[in-house]
This record gives sequence, structure tokens and C-alpha cells, in this order.
Amino acid sequence: MCGLCGVLLNEHWAEEGGGRRARGFRVVLLNRVLDHYGLSLSDWAGSVYTLRDRKGRSAVVTDIGRLWSEAEKLAGRPLDPLDPALLATLAAS
Amino acid sequence: MTLQHSVARLDRAGKTPVTLVTGFLGSGKTTLIARLLAHPDMGETAVIVNELGEVGIDHHLLRRVDERTVLLGSGCVCCTLRGDLADELRDLDSRRARGEIPAFRRVVVETTGLADPAPIVYTLAAEPVVRHHFELDGIVATVDALNGLVEPESVKQAAIADVVVVTKSDVADPDPVEARVRALNPAAEIVEASFGEIDPARLFDRERGDPRELAIPEQHGHDGIRPFCLYLDEQLDWTAFGIWLTMLLQARGSDLLRVKGLLNVGGDGPLLLNGVQHVVHPPEHLPAWPDDDRRSRLVFIGRGLDRTDVERSLLAFNNAAH
Repeated sequence: MCGLCGVLLNEHWAEEGGGRRARGFRVVLLNRVLDHYGLSLSDWAGSVYTLRDRKGRSAVVTDIGRLWSEAEKLAGRPLDPLDPALLATLAAS
Repeated sequence: MTLQHSVARLDRAGKTPVTLVTGFLGSGKTTLIARLLAHPDMGETAVIVNELGEVGIDHHLLRRVDERTVLLGSGCVCCTLRGDLADELRDLDSRRARGEIPAFRRVVVETTGLADPAPIVYTLAAEPVVRHHFELDGIVATVDALNGLVEPESVKQAAIADVVVVTKSDVADPDPVEARVRALNPAAEIVEASFGEIDPARLFDRERGDPRELAIPEQHGHDGIRPFCLYLDEQLDWTAFGIWLTMLLQARGSDLLRVKGLLNVGGDGPLLLNGVQHVVHPPEHLPAWPDDDRRSRLVFIGRGLDRTDVERSLLAFNNAAH
């Protein structure tokens, strides 16, 4: 498993601390990004996330590291945070 | 801070510090390690080498491993487990606990000249037993003043190092090589050593969050690898930053050799960030800022990344959190 995924780690570095409130805020922010690609994310019992596209396909992801590779599969294209179109979407949201 | 004091500091965290010594073939790694081990402060050191070279290391805790990598499911080259190293570290730890070998308080791992250091960093961060007992203290790369940065392997080793030791400065002018290293990795400390003569405190347990590391001028780089530094006035939202960096690593991680920084996420001190390719170490809250500058500082060393694009993107993600 890739280091991005952090599956071998106890807790992904980007999700350390903060508790449920931080996790909830993370889902809100992630959805602002994922919406640009026609995807949405929901928290499942504070332990994993469920990622969905608009065709009803879904994937369960354990942490934020693993999220991006699954999101690329569902979106069918690379997700690049430097993409000006994504940044314009974020600015408008 | 003396070496002994800083070793004690790391011991309190309960993990044994591991220093990775890398460098191209013939660049003086073994000579450096042999001379370091002769220093009185280095007595309680276990050494793991891939090959027993021409320069003999006479040491009671010398272990040899055969490089054995385990390619994991993702196929990502930097995220491979070095099974040999994980086995050896686990064995060292359990034998130390049982009193079968002398107690050691530090491990030095010497890589082969052609080795990519990234899988070793990944092994230390990700292998469940290893990460519980050991932690990466730093990456030291030797570069020879005579031959310089000649191969892609040596360029990458110097690019991700915390300290670059320029060797053979007695037989060649070190200035040209030092200038190339500085252009490639201005965040690294550069130390000259002839015949491996060096104070261990220059390489081990260096003070974390030293602002000098991050106050770097714009550089042109070397072999397509270019460093740049971002200074950000805005306080960063940690959640947004984590989303942004994980997404950037997914998209560009193979080309991002090193990221390190001090982040202002509120609180008394900064958050220390340290990553090698896809591997990001758990961020550490420092108790205080190293100087009066409260801006976040981030150093990126990579290929094909534009400073303006990266800064614009990070700020857009940060603004989305407010």
C-alpha cells in the first residue's frame, strides 16, 4: 500500500487530533473540492468515509490519503490541486 | 545543545533515532562512518550496512543486510518497504530488550551508493513495529568534491538530504560542488570533511525548526530539480492544509522530492512539517517560534513545480476554510 494511503499507519498524519468536530469540518471542506469532480463524501460512524459519484457508484475509504486515488478512479481523471478551474470553483463556493 | 543532551531528549520520546547515511559510490560514506564511530560520543551506536567495503568498520554493533525491497500494491516506487531493514531493526530492538547485545541509543544506516533513500524513509515511517521503536533523525548525503553530482542517484540523494557532507576537500576545491548542492537543496546544511573528520554533533540530533534552514533565496536548481520557498502571511487552517498537501502528493508526489516547513496554524509555536516524497512524518508542534517572524515558511524541492502555481493553490484551499 502506498504511503499516501497511510493504511499501515495508525492514524493518517493529516487527520491527527481535533476529534469529531475537526472530522466534520474536514468532510465539509473535502466536499467543496470533490464537488468540482462530481463527487461527494460522507462520514460513516466517524471511522471511514463513503465516496460517491453522481451515477450512484461508491467506494469506502479509510482516510484522507487513500481518498484521492479512489476519487481519481470514480472521476475517471487526475485530480490536480493546481488546476486553475478547481481553484475558481473553490473561490466561488 | 551537546550531542549527549540531544540524545537524551530523543530518548525521552521513547524512540531510538535513526540516521540515514547515503551517497554515491566512492563518495566517502564508509570513511565518514568509520571516523564518526571512533568519536567518544558515538559509542552506543548500532550500524547497519549493505556491504562491507574496502574501508573496514571495526565496531561491536555492526550488522550487514542484503537489500530486499517489497513492492507494495500501489506500485509507487518510493513507497516500497525495505524488508531487510525492517527485519534487522526489529531484531536489534528485541535483542537489546533481552540484553543479548549491548544497549544502543542510536542507529546509523549506510545505504548502497545506488540506493534510493525514499523506501528507507518509508520503512521507518510505515512499518508498524519499526515506527513504534525508531524514528528518522535525519538524512546525511556524502558528495565528493572531486567528482561532484555526476549521476541521477547522487543528485536525488543530495536533494533530499538534511545535511550534505562534501568529502575529499583535501584533494579538490569544494566550492564548485558546494555551489551546485546549494542550488539544488538550499535547505540542507553543507559541511566539509576531509578523511571523514567531522564533529558528530554537526550530523546528529540537529536542532529542529532552525529558521536558517528555511530562509532560502530563489535558486535555479540542478538537473531539472528546483527548490523554492513560500512565505505566507495568512494563518493556515490545518484541516485545509492537510487536504491540500495530500491531494498535491497524490497528483505530484513522484516529482516532489522534499517538503519541509514551519506552519503558523495558531497557537504559541509553529507546526513543523517534514516530508520525503510521499512520506510525511507526523507533524510536530514546536513550543515556540525560532525568531520574531510569524509567517509560515515552506520549502519545496522538486521537478516541474512552479512556485506561483503552488502558492496560488495553497491560498485558495486555505481561503475555502474561512
